Amino acid sequence: MRIALIGQPNCGKSTLFNQVAGYRAETGNFSGTTVTFTESKVRVRGEVVELVDLPGTYTLSGTNPAERESFCYIVSHQVDVIINVVDASHLAQGLSLTMELLELSRPVVVAMNMMDEAASRGLTIDGPELQRLLGVPVLPLVASKGRGVQNLFVAAQQVGQNGNPPARPVYSRDVEQAIQAVRLSLNGQAAPLSPELGAIRLLEGDRALGERVSSTNPTITAMLIQTRQHIFQERGQQAEWVISAERHGMAANLAHAVVQQGECRTNWRDRLDDIFLHPVWGYLSLVIILLLFFQGIYRLGSILEQPLLAFFDGITLQVATVLVPWPFLAELASGLMLGIAGGLAIVLPYLFPFLIGLSFLEDIGYLPRIAFLMDALMHRIGLHGKAVVPFILGYGCNVPAVMSTRMLEERRDRYLAATLATLVPCAARLAVVFGLVAFYLGPYAALGIYLFNLFVIALTGRVISKLIPEDSPGLILEMPVYRMPSLRAVLQKAWFRGREFIFEAWPALIIGSLIFSIMTYLNLEVIFNALLLPLSWLLGLPPQIGVPLVFGILRKELSLIMLRQALGFVDFSVALTPVQMITYTVFVVFYIPCLATLTVLKRELGRRDMLSIAGLTVIIATLAALAARMIASLIY
Amino acid sequence: MMVRFVRFHGGESFQQKMLSLGLLPGDTARVIRHAPMNGPVLVDIAGREFAFGWGVAEKIEVEECPL
Repeated sequence: MRIALIGQPNCGKSTLFNQVAGYRAETGNFSGTTVTFTESKVRVRGEVVELVDLPGTYTLSGTNPAERESFCYIVSHQVDVIINVVDASHLAQGLSLTMELLELSRPVVVAMNMMDEAASRGLTIDGPELQRLLGVPVLPLVASKGRGVQNLFVAAQQVGQNGNPPARPVYSRDVEQAIQAVRLSLNGQAAPLSPELGAIRLLEGDRALGERVSSTNPTITAMLIQTRQHIFQERGQQAEWVISAERHGMAANLAHAVVQQGECRTNWRDRLDDIFLHPVWGYLSLVIILLLFFQGIYRLGSILEQPLLAFFDGITLQVATVLVPWPFLAELASGLMLGIAGGLAIVLPYLFPFLIGLSFLEDIGYLPRIAFLMDALMHRIGLHGKAVVPFILGYGCNVPAVMSTRMLEERRDRYLAATLATLVPCAARLAVVFGLVAFYLGPYAALGIYLFNLFVIALTGRVISKLIPEDSPGLILEMPVYRMPSLRAVLQKAWFRGREFIFEAWPALIIGSLIFSIMTYLNLEVIFNALLLPLSWLLGLPPQIGVPLVFGILRKELSLIMLRQALGFVDFSVALTPVQMITYTVFVVFYIPCLATLTVLKRELGRRDMLSIAGLTVIIATLAALAARMIASLIY
Repeated sequence: MMVRFVRFHGGESFQQKMLSLGLLPGDTARVIRHAPMNGPVLVDIAGREFAFGWGVAEKIEVEECPL
């Protein structure tokens, strides 16, 4: 048996899924899209059931990828029963999706989630009456506390075994006439959709279905245009809006019939936004929260990183001693260890605390507040408020930053946000800025590099948004209420995100390290110096910088560590002038993102965009380093 | 201030976007607050809160509704 979970965003659907599924759940992409769904096997009264968590959508009749894919999944797979999770505290809104689900000719169970929240808002809901009106089982649920989960799945199993589809909602007479007219001329061509559902979808202007049907039955196109036009003349609105508005209305009537509004107590959560979205206190608390966030991660990270690195250095040394008679193997082993330790040093100490912190801020409902506060500023660089998150994360590590661009709907916004996020100096590049510029030239020079970096990012944003203008009007964002997330949900989310890194970026890092170790063994790495000669000449840097720059692509801090080897001096001030230090650091801050980031870029945006971003960063790095060289020559 | 949505300007994709959030002409909204510097406006629509950026808010035709 297969059960599909569907519901609107923030209805607590994923909380329910995580309650029953556990961490073995598999996340997949709908082919050709970034829309993901999650699957898991669940045991219900001894029977093993496939549970699919579809993406949260408000409607199935829209045109965005999540809506289309959810619809296609339900009608094209053998879904035995649909569990429709509805937020009981916003029942009218939730039921409009239920209206659409009732049209799919699949058994449906409605789970009224967040009953506790509805109660605290003074709402009383007559569940049995709603069940009678809808004609499908309605069960109360508090997914966050696990209450009602068992009953829900038992009910779903029963409904699935009976297999009786519910009756669909009835529209007003003219719409029903139109549906029947289209249904008759359809002749069952809409399969696997039922003829009635096919007719409704066609009236709603489902293009893909329209093209499919008209290829075998050209007369239907004319008939459809005529019917839609008729509705437009009668109602003064396009048919899809008429149908949506009717569903909206039916849902509102249902909610009106079963919900009683008692006394509503305002609680502490309603007051929070008076501070967090305040024109002054809001920005102040944003700064404090972000400081705490980064402080927490660095503290935790540095506690974990030291012993980890010491442990791996120990092993590397031992392996090297054993392998002294075989220099090739020794080189290979050190490359292998470099890749393994590199991944561990990024993943365990920083990436996971980062992802845990991000999931926490997301689940508690703070991320949308940041978007609200920063929207005006982000528009200056051609993006909107939601794109602020990749930037903030970028200062820690570009990997979660690029992953978080997924929350942007428009492809153009994702591309631009990812490009700009890779220009944000991550913790590893911070090490270069501090190890070279702050150490030898003082903290103000380091601060100068950070300010210069912000300037370059803003400039790049403006230039790119001139080339690819914004086509969406901007920020549309639902503000969820503040909720205390469960530790389990936060950890699970962090694991889901982190695991992509472990299985994709880390192997790439290890392979990359092995290839470089072979090149080192064959003394081929000096080729890099020769290849980068035009660059080092242009920037006025010693030719030896080729090797550390290329190794820096593996891990950014290598561009500092290897520089020491390459120049042959422990004290940089002997080998480099202040101007050279600044020029080199600025180039390192901007040029090609590290291999781990490149892997994530490829996953999120595809190979072409990954390459174009890498190429762009080289151009930006060269121009920025030239500018920095000129500015620095004036100062030093 | 209470307003009623009259029409969504700005093309089909914007209307679709509003529809996919469950927002339709005829819905009423209460304006809660603005962010500074032409930032977004925060509104309450049937108990749900939405932030609309400047460019988005410009495309929503509304009429003031008496309380």
